[in-house]
Amino acid sequence: MISLLTLFVFPIWRITLIAPQYPDGVTMFIWINKLGGDSPGVLQNVNILNHYVGMKFIVADSIPELKYFPTIILIMGGLALLASLINRSWMYFGWGVIMVALAVAGIYDFYLWEYDYGHNLSPEAPIKIPGASFQPPLFGTKHILNFIAKSYPHLGGYFAGLAIFLAFAAWWIKTKMDKNENIDRNSIGNPVGNSLQTQA
Amino acid sequence: MKIHSGFRQLLYWVLPILGIFAMISCNSEKNDSTAGVLAGDAASQVYVAPGKYDEFYAFMSGGFSGQVSVYGLPSGRLLKVIPVFSLDAEKGYGFNEETKPMLNTSHGFVPWDDAHHPELSQTNGSTDGRWLFINGNNTPRVARIDLTTFETAEIIEIPNSGGNHSSPFTTENTEYVVAGTRFGVPYPQRDVEINSYAENFKGMLTFIKVADDGGMEIAFQVLLPAFDYDLAHSGKGKSNGWTFFTTYNTEQKNTLLEVAASQNDKDFIAAVNWKKAEEYIQQGKFKEIPARYAHNLYSDKNHSGTSTMMDKVKVLLPSECPGLVYFLPTPKSPHGVDVDPTGEYIVGNGKLSADLTVHSFTRMLKAIENQAFESEVAGIPVLKFEEVVGGVVKEPGLGPLHTEFDANGNAYTTFFISSEIVKWKVGTWEVLDRTPCYYSVGHLMIPGGDSKNPQGKYMVALNKITKDRYLPTGPELCHAAQLYDISGDKIKLLLDFPTVGEPHYAQGISADRIQSKSKKFFPIEENEHPYRAMGEKDAKVVREGNTVHVYMTTIRSHFAPDNIEGVKVGDKVLFHITNLEQDWDVPHGFAVLGANNAELLVMPGQTETLAWEPKTEGVFPFYCTDFCSALHQEMQGYVRVSARDAAVALKWGLGEEITQ
Repeated sequence: MISLLTLFVFPIWRITLIAPQYPDGVTMFIWINKLGGDSPGVLQNVNILNHYVGMKFIVADSIPELKYFPTIILIMGGLALLASLINRSWMYFGWGVIMVALAVAGIYDFYLWEYDYGHNLSPEAPIKIPGASFQPPLFGTKHILNFIAKSYPHLGGYFAGLAIFLAFAAWWIKTKMDKNENIDRNSIGNPVGNSLQTQA
Repeated sequence: MKIHSGFRQLLYWVLPILGIFAMISCNSEKNDSTAGVLAGDAASQVYVAPGKYDEFYAFMSGGFSGQVSVYGLPSGRLLKVIPVFSLDAEKGYGFNEETKPMLNTSHGFVPWDDAHHPELSQTNGSTDGRWLFINGNNTPRVARIDLTTFETAEIIEIPNSGGNHSSPFTTENTEYVVAGTRFGVPYPQRDVEINSYAENFKGMLTFIKVADDGGMEIAFQVLLPAFDYDLAHSGKGKSNGWTFFTTYNTEQKNTLLEVAASQNDKDFIAAVNWKKAEEYIQQGKFKEIPARYAHNLYSDKNHSGTSTMMDKVKVLLPSECPGLVYFLPTPKSPHGVDVDPTGEYIVGNGKLSADLTVHSFTRMLKAIENQAFESEVAGIPVLKFEEVVGGVVKEPGLGPLHTEFDANGNAYTTFFISSEIVKWKVGTWEVLDRTPCYYSVGHLMIPGGDSKNPQGKYMVALNKITKDRYLPTGPELCHAAQLYDISGDKIKLLLDFPTVGEPHYAQGISADRIQSKSKKFFPIEENEHPYRAMGEKDAKVVREGNTVHVYMTTIRSHFAPDNIEGVKVGDKVLFHITNLEQDWDVPHGFAVLGANNAELLVMPGQTETLAWEPKTEGVFPFYCTDFCSALHQEMQGYVRVSARDAAVALKWGLGEEITQ
C-alpha cells in the first residue's frame, strides 16, 4: 500500500528531450495527479517547442485522468489495506489482477494521449513536415526532428510495479502458508500483510 | 646596344643587393619560426577548447567607458560588458525607465563616469564571489555589482569629495569599502578663490559600510588636509582594522601640479584605524553635517531602481580623535599602496622614486607606541621614516605604480616608465626577475593578488599604450591586457588581448566561486513590477490622460498585444514588456520606430519599460531585436498613431480581430 501511495510523491513517468541548444535536456514528469518538470518552466518550454509544429498545448486541466486517477489509486490503497487485514490469498491475487488491468489501461491511455498530441496537429502550424509524427515514444528512445526523446517510467512507476509484484508475492506466500496451515492449524495470523507494508 | 650594356651594368649592382635582401628575409623567417615554437607552447597554455570553460573570471575596469568587462582566463575571451556608470543602449541601461534612477546623483542624471578599480568582496580575506565593487571617479560614486546576475545592484554617491580615485578597496570581511578624494575641494563646498586652496580646501576619506545583504551606507567620513588621496588598500590579518591611503600634492598646490606637486621628497601614506573610528562613532565623537548625495538601489523583485536623496553624514576630525590617523612618510608621490598577504608589509609605490619603499606594520605600531613622531600636520602625527620602513627594493625600475602578490612570498611591481614588471622577494627585497610590457603598464592583477590568499598561477598586465602591437584602427588604438604565467621561477608571456575602454585595475577569481551561483532566469511568480503582466490574459492597454500604459508580454515568438490602435500624437506611450519565458538564455528585445532612447533587452521573468513619444500620425512597427527562435523574424507588431483629436478608440489584440 505504501508503495502505491508513493505515487503521490514521485512521478510515474519521465520524458526527456535532448538537443544541442538544451544542454541540460528538457525533462517533463508525469505524476498521478499533475504534470511538471525538473524546473518550474518546463511545461511552458515544452509547449513553446511544440507550438512550432502545431501540437496542442499540454495543459494539466485538459487531462481529466489527472483528476480521477488519484481517487482510483486511493481506493486501491484502501483495498490493499483491507486485503492485508482480511488476509486471504484470493484477495491478494484479485488486487494484483485489478492493478495489472489498471496499469495496462493507464499505459494505453497514456499512449492515446501521446498519439493525440503527436498527430492532432493544427492546420496553421508554422512548420509542417509531411508525414511526420511528433508522438513521443511510449517506452524507449526516438528521434523527433532535432530532438532525441526518451520516455521511461520514473520512481512512482517503479513503486507501482513493486506494489503489483508484492501483491502477487503475498498471494504466493499466503497460498503456501495456507497449505502449511492445513497441516498446523494453530499457526499465527497475518505476517504477510505486515511484511507487505514493511517491505515497501 | 648602349642601353643593353647599361642594363647589364645595372644587373651587376642589383643582383648582390637582392641577394643580401634575400638573406635578411631568410633570417627573419628563421626568427619567426623560433618564435613560432615558443608561441606554440604558450598557445597550448591559453587554449581553452570549444565548449570548455576558463579557469578564472577576470573583471576589468572600463576606465573612461564607465563599465566593467568580464573576461575568461587564460583564454582572454570577452564574456560580458556590465553597464555600471554609463549608458548602454545595447542593454537599455540608463535608457529604460527602470534603470534611469541608478544614474541619478545630487547633480541630476549623470550618464557617464570613469570607472577605475574593481574590487571583489572578501570573507576572511579571501575573495568570495558575492559582489564586485567599483568606483566612479568623475562624479564620486561607488557601485556594487551582484555576481549572481552580473548586474549593477547599487550605486552610492560620495559627498564632500572630488575625484573618487582611492576607492573602493575592501576590508577583509567586506565590513567597509572606502572612497578617498583625489582632488581637494572646499569644505563645505562653496564659492571661494581657487588660490585659497591651502586654507579652504580639504580632503575627505569615506568609509562605506556594507551590510550582509550587500546594502551600502556611508558610515563616516574622516576630514583631512587637502592632499590628493591617490590609492588605498586595507590591512589584513595582523593589520586588519587599518586602511592605508597614498597621497601626493602634500604641497597643497592648485596649479601646474606636475611640477608643483612633485617638490616634496616624501609624501605620506595615511594609515586610518577604522576600528578606532567605530569606537569614536559609538562614543558620539562625530559631527553630523548636511550633505546631499544619492543612494540608488536596484531590486531583482520589481526589476526597478529607486533613487533616494540623503541629507547628512557623520564626520570625524582627527584632531579630536587621537589615534585615528597617522602619516607614514613615503618617497615621492606614492601611487599604489599594497599590503602583502601576511598583512605585515605595506608597499608604497613612489612613482617618482628610484627605490621602492616598504613599510612594516609591526614597526609602525612600535613607532606609534614610542611616539616616534617627526612632526604633526593638521593635528595628525607624522611617524619617523626610519622607524616605520621595513625594507627597500633598490633601483628595481623606473616609475613604480602597483604591486600584487603570489602565494609564495613574491611580489610583482609594475613600472610605468620602464614599461616592465619586476618580481621581487618580500622580506629579502632582492629582485628575482623582470619582464617587459607592451607598453606602459599601469595596474597588474593576480587572481586574489591583493587578498590574504592569492590564487596565483597567472598575472595580467594592464597596458595604457599599444602602438604597433595590433592591426592599426586609425588614431585611436585599443588598450590591452597581457597574460603571464607566474607558476615558475621565470615570468612567461602567454597572450595579448585588447580590452574595453581603459582598464585600470582588475580582479580575478577562480570560476568555481561564481559559476554555480549564476542566475539562469527570474522566476515569473516572484515578479513584483507594478506594471507586470503575468500572462497573456493580463496584456492590456490603459490610458491615463496623455500617458498610455501598454502591458505587453513576450513569449516565443509573439508580443501580446501586437496590434494597438488609439494612440494619439502627443501621447507618451510606456511599453511595459514582461518576458514570460522561463528558460535559460531566452531574452527578448523590443524596439519601436522613432524611439528617442534605445531598445529593451528583457530577461526571462523580467519587466522593463520603454517610453515612446510618437511625433507624427502613422502606423509604426515594433519588433523583437534579440534572435529568439525560428520564428523570431515574425515577432513583430504595429502601433497606429492618430491625430490628437481623431475619434479612434483605444483597441488592442493578438491573433484575432483587435478589440476594445
